[in-house]
Amino acid sequence: MKAFTSHRGLVGPMDRANVDTDMIIPKQFLKSIKRSGFGPNLFDELRYMDEGQPGADCSNRPVNPDFPLNFPRFEGASILLARKNFGCGSSREHAPWALEDYGFNAVIAPSYADIFYNNCFKNGLLPVILTEEQVDILFTEMDVQEGYQLSVDLPSQTVTTDSGHVFSFELDEFRKDCLLNGLDEIGLTLQNADEIKAYEADRAAQHPWVFGAIK
Amino acid sequence: MAGRTLYDKLWDSHLVKQNSDGSSLIYIDRHVIHEVTSPQAFEGLRMADRMPWRLDTNIATPDHNISTDKAERDAGVAGMADEVSRIQVQTLDDNCDLYGIKEFKINEMGQGIVHVMGPELGATMPGMTVVCGDSHTATHGALACLAHGIGTSEVEHVLATQCLVAKKMKNMRVTVDGTVGAGVTPKDVVLAIIGKIGTAGGNEHAIEFAGSVFRDMSIEGRMTVCNMAIEAGARVGMVAVDQKTIDYCEGRQFVPVGELWHQAVEYWNTLTTDADAAFDTEVSLHADDIAPQVTWGTSPEMVAPVTASVPTLEEQPSEEQRKGLQRALDYMGLEGGQAIDSIAVDRVFIGSCTNSRIEDMRAAAEVARGRSVAGSVKQVLIVPGSQMVKAQAEAEGLDKIFIDAGMDWREPGCSMCLAMNADKLGAGEHCASTSNRNFEGRQGNGGRTHLMSPAMAAAAAVAGRIVDVRTFTGGAE
Ligand code: SF4
Repeated sequence: MKAFTSHRGLVGPMDRANVDTDMIIPKQFLKSIKRSGFGPNLFDELRYMDEGQPGADCSNRPVNPDFPLNFPRFEGASILLARKNFGCGSSREHAPWALEDYGFNAVIAPSYADIFYNNCFKNGLLPVILTEEQVDILFTEMDVQEGYQLSVDLPSQTVTTDSGHVFSFELDEFRKDCLLNGLDEIGLTLQNADEIKAYEADRAAQHPWVFGAIK
Repeated sequence: MAGRTLYDKLWDSHLVKQNSDGSSLIYIDRHVIHEVTSPQAFEGLRMADRMPWRLDTNIATPDHNISTDKAERDAGVAGMADEVSRIQVQTLDDNCDLYGIKEFKINEMGQGIVHVMGPELGATMPGMTVVCGDSHTATHGALACLAHGIGTSEVEHVLATQCLVAKKMKNMRVTVDGTVGAGVTPKDVVLAIIGKIGTAGGNEHAIEFAGSVFRDMSIEGRMTVCNMAIEAGARVGMVAVDQKTIDYCEGRQFVPVGELWHQAVEYWNTLTTDADAAFDTEVSLHADDIAPQVTWGTSPEMVAPVTASVPTLEEQPSEEQRKGLQRALDYMGLEGGQAIDSIAVDRVFIGSCTNSRIEDMRAAAEVARGRSVAGSVKQVLIVPGSQMVKAQAEAEGLDKIFIDAGMDWREPGCSMCLAMNADKLGAGEHCASTSNRNFEGRQGNGGRTHLMSPAMAAAAAVAGRIVDVRTFTGGAE
């Protein structure tokens, strides 16, 4: 898994609450059996004027000039600044895949939908939770300052602005550890193979119908 | 010792290991697989040279991406018109065949939307942990399971280890007491709950639905409610075991028989919340306050009783809310203050893992019987949730009622719930839909979704606009 330690980069906005996974990556792109290549279709319906098709080249599609991430000043953004309940809706991991493939390394929002939040960590994408007030400050600074950058540091769990704000954020110890070290979670779990087998033996004695029914 | 909630009990009985960093290793009893979120997981297994931990835990079926058109379905996977979709469904078949995973293939009896299929085959049973790469996995919680959606990396994790690394959620109880009025269905109850707590109200919580309304509800109805726990922000929705749960399970394909059945029932009857258990969050509603619900906006929390009007900008307390409302109204092509029952519909969709079970088909058929679709309505899709639902509905003659009314009787699948296949809305079209999400573009680019119950959707099909099913008189209107 991809590791994340710290990142400094250009901030791009997604200034609306409840951004859902259909908005992040519309369903027609879920037909792919691959994990990569979703970046050009991130926010597809907002970003382009026509309807995107899987596998089609996006370079000549008409872009929506009113969609902020299409503004030249946000080109190359690697930190997405967003609003509350970001990533609500489906469990599709294509959403973090698309954000990551587009070039985002971190998202900053006041809250996330649970499954999306969890999926981010599996893909080296850091979802930072700040308060609504802090997010407001970042939006305000970004609005007035072209080329607005932020520094996100995972070991110290902080977001630092050039104007001198240092905002701390919380996250689980386990998630932090996996992300910092780019750990293979399956490999880690398999280190507990004996415990899993012991649990199974115990459970099979108590609830035998749970095993063997589906053949 | 303090009492435990149903969720506490399910969690405790699946705990393999408690780690010092606060995470836990949780054992997964049932893993349901479909074509969209699994190919990358199987590919990951192969790249790491790993094998599935257990085979008798997995059950697979294609549902999201397949055609619901009879002629195309009859041609099987090879006959799927969309090449990209065909490859994805073929990949599921290939992966299941390769590893020996039980799959109900495209036209096999048993196939259906994952969350309709699991319970009806008895593949999901009370007391189990159930996961699937789909957020509506909460549906299975109607059988007192700990069931939730996972992403593709976790699909791979479960395949390889039979476990998930998880953190315990908080306990929330949503109590609805009283008795719902005629014409008020489980869908209306859950939409009213979402309207009250919002789409983020259940974040980080597992919800238990309690109170007389859920006790009185059928298992199918409880599935409709648990299904939409995710629209209230919760990954998990549950209802405790009662006699209805046991009766529902008895005799299903994968449910034990004989001595094992009795042993199972004895255990299942313990799957209730203790009287002295505490919840982190409690919410309550009263049945008398719940009327048939309709969403008017682009988030499930943008919902109102059918008798109400679309909210106005003036009513909004903050600038951000005014902006959000304006955006939703623009997208939906509605005016603030407009009566909900003045909204005309172009298409109707009755189906999805929320409302495609036999009861839903019956409720829609009851309204459709002897009536016909309004001339202004372009299409009414009736999509049973599974092959078994379809067969049952046909045995009861429901298909004839729909066809006589001018509706399309389709093959089982997700269909216009997410519009990955050919069933979709055109830009600007309004749809009365029994599905679970009214996000922008969900049912087709530019499409405008109004979520409601099957009876309400059928009534909208006949009237050509949203109507209150309680006062609906059909042709006489
Ligand atoms: S019916 Fe809709 S919500 Fe349910 S599994 Fe299919 S796509 Fe998902």
